[in-house]
Amino acid sequence: MTDSTNTFSPLEQHLLNDFQRDMSLSATPYADMAKQLGVSEEKVMETMQSLQDRGAISRVGPVFKPNRVGVSTLAAMSVPEQHLECVARIVSAFPEVNHNYEREHEYNLWFVVTASSEEHLDIVLYEIEQHAEYPLMSLPMLDDYFIDLGFKLKMSALK
Amino acid sequence: MSTAELNKQVMQITAEDRALIKAVEKGLPITSRPYADIANDLATTEQDVIARLQNLIDKGAIKRYGVVVRHKELGYTANGMVVWDVPDDKVEELGMCIGKYDCVTLSYRRPRRLPEWPYNLFTMVHGSSREEVTKKVEEITSSCGLQAIDHTILFSTRRFKQRGASYTPKDASNHKIPAKLQLVK
Repeated sequence: MTDSTNTFSPLEQHLLNDFQRDMSLSATPYADMAKQLGVSEEKVMETMQSLQDRGAISRVGPVFKPNRVGVSTLAAMSVPEQHLECVARIVSAFPEVNHNYEREHEYNLWFVVTASSEEHLDIVLYEIEQHAEYPLMSLPMLDDYFIDLGFKLKMSALK
Repeated sequence: MSTAELNKQVMQITAEDRALIKAVEKGLPITSRPYADIANDLATTEQDVIARLQNLIDKGAIKRYGVVVRHKELGYTANGMVVWDVPDDKVEELGMCIGKYDCVTLSYRRPRRLPEWPYNLFTMVHGSSREEVTKKVEEITSSCGLQAIDHTILFSTRRFKQRGASYTPKDASNHKIPAKLQLVK
């Protein structure tokens, strides 16, 4: 496993690892983290902002359970290599698309589409097909077997 | 109620909750009193924002609450979407077994699309290299007893977009794709 020790300070490692779940819903979450880690609230906020700016964290806050608040689907397209970049940009331009990856397979473009209702989702899928000019295969989640406990990081300060 | 039925239940969300979800889905502000700042934008109180979020957690709409990391930036540069063709009556059992591993971040049942797509169980396996992901998939295969199950690993090669889901997008009919993005074949 790649050790990210060189990239992240001990404080950064703790902020990345220790508050992935059950973060307190107190009025002052960053002050609570600071108290637990024995540093100032300013230091926590500054470090958290830096982690966010560097892309190590995407955000601090809720992860919504799929299909409880809105509806979503995983869509796949099979796109010839020479058109992939362009099609990917068209797909990513939709605000309803939140993940969009190239994967090594005949179906080589995989993206998640999230909308507020079934009707809205159907319209967006239709529009994506119209703009991308390739058919998509929609694979909505039928059942979720994963209990999200956050992601355990392997870093030296956490050993 | 089965997990499948529970998972399909779309919650009835009030307009107030929808506005709150919109305010927090891209993350809390990194300020001393983030909920007070959100409350200020929504013309309500800090206590109201906290109580509503607690309610969404209690109702199961929020699955996890805390720091959301980006795997790639943390050294987990390889991720494989591992898809399995599991007998229908075994999906839940095997999906739970695979979902327990530390290196796994998703375990979903999805429909097959025959004949093109025979796989009905989707799992995401993270590692620092393709070799590590492949090794982990072998470990999972052997300890969950999946030797007879057809599977394939789809490694990601490029990430075009990754951000939190937006549950409150604008009206879909307002889409305007910038002209420069129109596909030229």
